[in-house]
Amino acid sequence: MSPLARLLEAALFAASRPLTVEDLLTLDPQAGEAAVRTALREIREAYAAEDHGVELIEIAQGWQFLTRREYAEAIERAQFALRPRRLSPAALETLAIIAYRQPVGRLEVDEIRGVDSDAVIDKLAERGLVEVVTRGEGLGRPLLYGTTPQFLEILGLKDLDELPRLEELSVALRPPAPPAAAPE
Amino acid sequence: MTNPALTTRDQNGFVIELEQFSGPLDLLLHLIREDEVDITDLPIAKIADQFLAVINELGLNQAADYLEMAARLLRIKAQLLLPRRVGDDEWEDPRAELVRRLLEYQQIRELVDWLGQAAARRAEQFGRGFAPEPAAASPAAVPLVIELNDLLAAAERVIALIPEPMLHRVVPRPLDVEGATARIQALLAEREQLEWLDVVGERPAVVDVLSTFIALLELAKRGSLKLRQPGPFEPILIQREPPRPAA
Repeated sequence: MSPLARLLEAALFAASRPLTVEDLLTLDPQAGEAAVRTALREIREAYAAEDHGVELIEIAQGWQFLTRREYAEAIERAQFALRPRRLSPAALETLAIIAYRQPVGRLEVDEIRGVDSDAVIDKLAERGLVEVVTRGEGLGRPLLYGTTPQFLEILGLKDLDELPRLEELSVALRPPAPPAAAPE
Repeated sequence: MTNPALTTRDQNGFVIELEQFSGPLDLLLHLIREDEVDITDLPIAKIADQFLAVINELGLNQAADYLEMAARLLRIKAQLLLPRRVGDDEWEDPRAELVRRLLEYQQIRELVDWLGQAAARRAEQFGRGFAPEPAAASPAAVPLVIELNDLLAAAERVIALIPEPMLHRVVPRPLDVEGATARIQALLAEREQLEWLDVVGERPAVVDVLSTFIALLELAKRGSLKLRQPGPFEPILIQREPPRPAA
């Protein structure tokens, strides 16, 4: 591997979070973005070609070394690492709404879910999955929420574009059928 | 009135818990799926009865959101029962709004499945466990790891310094922070480093301890001295802040 690739490899190994290209550029500002991207691909291919237990993954708008899937069970059984807590259906519902409607206020989330969501939103904010991104127009200038890089990280997404497009869903929101001609 | 929800439950043998549904729309969608009816042509009367039966089971006092939905369903049911003229163009299906919300919610549920799977897949890979220490972590931020006996011993040491309190008498002397400040400054002018006991003196009264403590904090805030405690419950060290001569 090139010297730049080795430098990036060391940094990515040491980091406990995904590092963005901008993060990595601080290691060697002279390198330039294109060179960093080339070096990242070089590392990824080197790890793939040599059959390692870890792989370099593009995640949360950055890059991170992660263990390969096939070792998850063994690592967990030995309790060397803990899987993150699973999110409740209510939390996932709220996340889905915020992810697709962002920036979105609490009221809109409540309306779509048909249930008060304050506690769920607070918990998600506490876990760093959503945050206040701006204030809305209108009465009381409500706080509007959006998702964070941490949200992408726990889902293993590169960016928000990797979320399924609404048209791709099997129950894609068809416009409701025109009011039935005959009543019940 | 027959109770379709109860029979449904008997057939499938499931028990309702409040946590099982994330909201009234979730429950409604569940009932619709059980019955395999078309959302866009919702049999409101039937669904409303089932819904009521289920929230009865849930315990009404916990289910304000569910009650609101029940009221909505009953209103739609009543609206549908009202007679109307044949060929009335003005008529709007009272179910339309509910159907729109249900479809929207159904879409969210599908996203929930997708997000859940993505999260489960991500959880099969581990990143490095090392977390860098937050910058400038102060010793105070380190959680205390201490045995109960140490804690008691430390508390006893502090209490032993305070003479028996006389609960029936109001302490006549108010806090003398200025006096304590002057005393500390005088001591610091002579010595680079003091111990807590040097400052409060032997057998201090409660007010002395308080005044001295407040004075120390105030001086530390102003930057004229530095407070250090090598370990939990060890004597506090008072050091002259080197860049400035003691004020």
